[in-house]
Amino acid sequence: MSRRAVLTNYDHQSFFCELTGRVGENQPGTVEICRLLDKIGLQSLERRARNAERELYNLGITFTVYSDAEAIDRILPFDVIPRVITAADWAVIDRGVRQRVKALNLFLADIYHDQKILKDGVVPAELVLTNANYQKVMQGLDLPQGTYVHICGIDVVRDEAGAFKVLEDNARCPSGVSYVVENRHLMLRTFPDLMDNIGIRRVSDYGLHLQNALAEVAPANIDNPQVVLLSPGFYNSAYFEHVFLAREMGVPLVEGQDLFVDDDDCLYMRTVAGPIRVDVVYRRINDDFLDPKAFRKDSALGVPGLMRAYAKGRVTLANAVGTGVADDKAVYAYMPRIIRYYLDEEAILDNVETHICAEPEALKYTLDHLSELVVKPVGEAGGYGVVVGPQASAAELDALRAQVKADPANYISQPVISLSVSPTLLNGEVVPRHVDLRPFAVTGKDTWVLPGGLTRVALKKGSLVVNSSQGGGSKDTWVLE
Amino acid sequence: MSRLLSRFASNLFWLARYMERAENLARILQVNESFARDRLGARDWLPILQLNDDEERFFKIHNEASADNVVHFYLLDRKNPTSIIASVHQARENARALRHLISTEMWTQVNVFHGRLTGLRSKDLALEKLSLVCSEVKESCQAHAGITEGTYYRDEGWHFYNLGRYLERADQTSRLLDIKYRRPSLDIAPSTEDPASDASLWNTLLRSGAGYHAFRRVHPRGMIAADVLRFFLCDPAFPRSITTCVRELEELVAELQREYGLTASTDIKEKLKELNRLACQPTDDEDRGDHVNRLMDRIQFLLVELSNAIDAQFFH
Repeated sequence: MSRRAVLTNYDHQSFFCELTGRVGENQPGTVEICRLLDKIGLQSLERRARNAERELYNLGITFTVYSDAEAIDRILPFDVIPRVITAADWAVIDRGVRQRVKALNLFLADIYHDQKILKDGVVPAELVLTNANYQKVMQGLDLPQGTYVHICGIDVVRDEAGAFKVLEDNARCPSGVSYVVENRHLMLRTFPDLMDNIGIRRVSDYGLHLQNALAEVAPANIDNPQVVLLSPGFYNSAYFEHVFLAREMGVPLVEGQDLFVDDDDCLYMRTVAGPIRVDVVYRRINDDFLDPKAFRKDSALGVPGLMRAYAKGRVTLANAVGTGVADDKAVYAYMPRIIRYYLDEEAILDNVETHICAEPEALKYTLDHLSELVVKPVGEAGGYGVVVGPQASAAELDALRAQVKADPANYISQPVISLSVSPTLLNGEVVPRHVDLRPFAVTGKDTWVLPGGLTRVALKKGSLVVNSSQGGGSKDTWVLE
Repeated sequence: MSRLLSRFASNLFWLARYMERAENLARILQVNESFARDRLGARDWLPILQLNDDEERFFKIHNEASADNVVHFYLLDRKNPTSIIASVHQARENARALRHLISTEMWTQVNVFHGRLTGLRSKDLALEKLSLVCSEVKESCQAHAGITEGTYYRDEGWHFYNLGRYLERADQTSRLLDIKYRRPSLDIAPSTEDPASDASLWNTLLRSGAGYHAFRRVHPRGMIAADVLRFFLCDPAFPRSITTCVRELEELVAELQREYGLTASTDIKEKLKELNRLACQPTDDEDRGDHVNRLMDRIQFLLVELSNAIDAQFFH
């Protein structure tokens, strides 16, 4: 029986392919990976893919769906063919992400202090000040190192020409980094022969960088800060990631019920030896649920009095409260201008061209070109409510038109980007599927970007939506040395 | 020194308890299967329900205590909180809350074990396969204990894990003795028993508690009820005896104080002392059914109180 090569019949059509490059112009460093993949052969690839999937179940690298008394564990579908980024491309992303995080932090510090950027009319004041995620309690509060966004995930796509574009900033609780590291461990076990001598940058020290950064932003005069990870608990679909992060940092994975704020305005955790002071909280709970005394009264997930301790500077929250205003899809549109304003630099990573429907001209353009554009509601996450014009029916477009007209400020529109593709194993065939990339940046005093990131892949043919809640999967991301 | 969160101490305690409980449930099902096969048939599945106080709940969903019904009730019925699958499910949920503390190997094993049980269907529990299934459950629980011993970091949590483990084991040993004396046909004075048959039951009981060969080494000849009872209650070298378990508990409590400055309440210490006394000082009529019943009830009651006292002091 002859071995079936992996990439022989692979056709990336007119899209930019992350592995094979465009016809006739192989990207440096990727040739060897293609050769090794062909050497492994399709059958072996399929067998290993099945084993890898079973291993994910056994290791419990899952998100859990609870219904009735049943707990159903699901895995994020994993594709065994890696997404490859060359050293030169990575250098651009690394610089671009650091620039963006720096601008985001300066922007947040400004809008919660002097509001110069609003006074100078660079960003409309009402867009920021009336934003649901703008937290008045943050006004005038000084944060250690001036860092608001300690953990940032910036969604980057690549267009037909191979240029990187930022699709979205995630400045609240970006998730997915556990998959970056676990996918790599899985690949190391499953494909030692593919990774030999390639030279791939390490991702396994994420926890160390995170722990160091969080220690750097502890309240002043604390030598050996106690860091905890605050999770909503194991009913949360991202619980595995919380486990992962706590384990990688070696810190307690706490829930609201484990913490309390005492009369001295300090935060404590309940231990077998009595209360122990907590200095830094990496919280994976949204602002609204943090403190029932300050925000939602019905929140059972948070800690009563936490905001009191925070306002007194007795505890650091990562990310800071009120960062959501910076990753709003409408504020996103202003990011190139925000970068120019604070850093006097052009954005290294471009935005996708964005029309803000709150602006009359942009609204008109959007309504006139509805069938060619991607329309997104600004308040939603996870790909919900996104309409891809060229793929929508006439009825869907009519409905969208009515919604946008009724509440223009709730929408932005962007041209359809022909996202780059990466070879993906599906039903025994290797086919091109669209991918994006979420690099993770960790900021204490300075910003460090994990060399890799989460590559999400749209498993449905032709689909441009890569979100896991919309049928997406993930790949290991290789940044070459 | 980083201190253990109260909630995790509780999770560790219960992870150990549920795993130990699943193992012992498998032992009890296995021994009962042998009893039933030897002599009396279907109605002999009733004592298991009695010793777990499960009659009422059981007869709400089943008409008779047939082998099939009882085995299903204790192995696969998720709605029955005293079933093996419910115990392993609880063990896994506790492990889930501990995932960042325990080794990946510990979590994976519990997870795979749970997956295997979930995959079992009624046809896998036919009586001729029951012993095999019970052996698999026992082995999986033992694998868990072994992986934990080999990989869990020896912090305070290790002590709370073992408190749960030995407390549950003592409780289960008392229930194992119960099942012998709860059998209606045997709950009578020794003189009226059929000695040969009684010996064979003690034999089975010893084997289910993995104590047969050890017992033989101590008592090379004969199978006297009082000897077996003393063996289960207070042989200091038998790992499942009540005395062994209580001494382990006392040592763990002492270490928590010595190594971590966690002083157990007087309540806890007194309960342990009383348990030790009960197990070590058998009286002359020790092998009479009614006496053993009362003794086991007293031990089980004290163990519940001990568990509550540990909970009250450390888990909040």
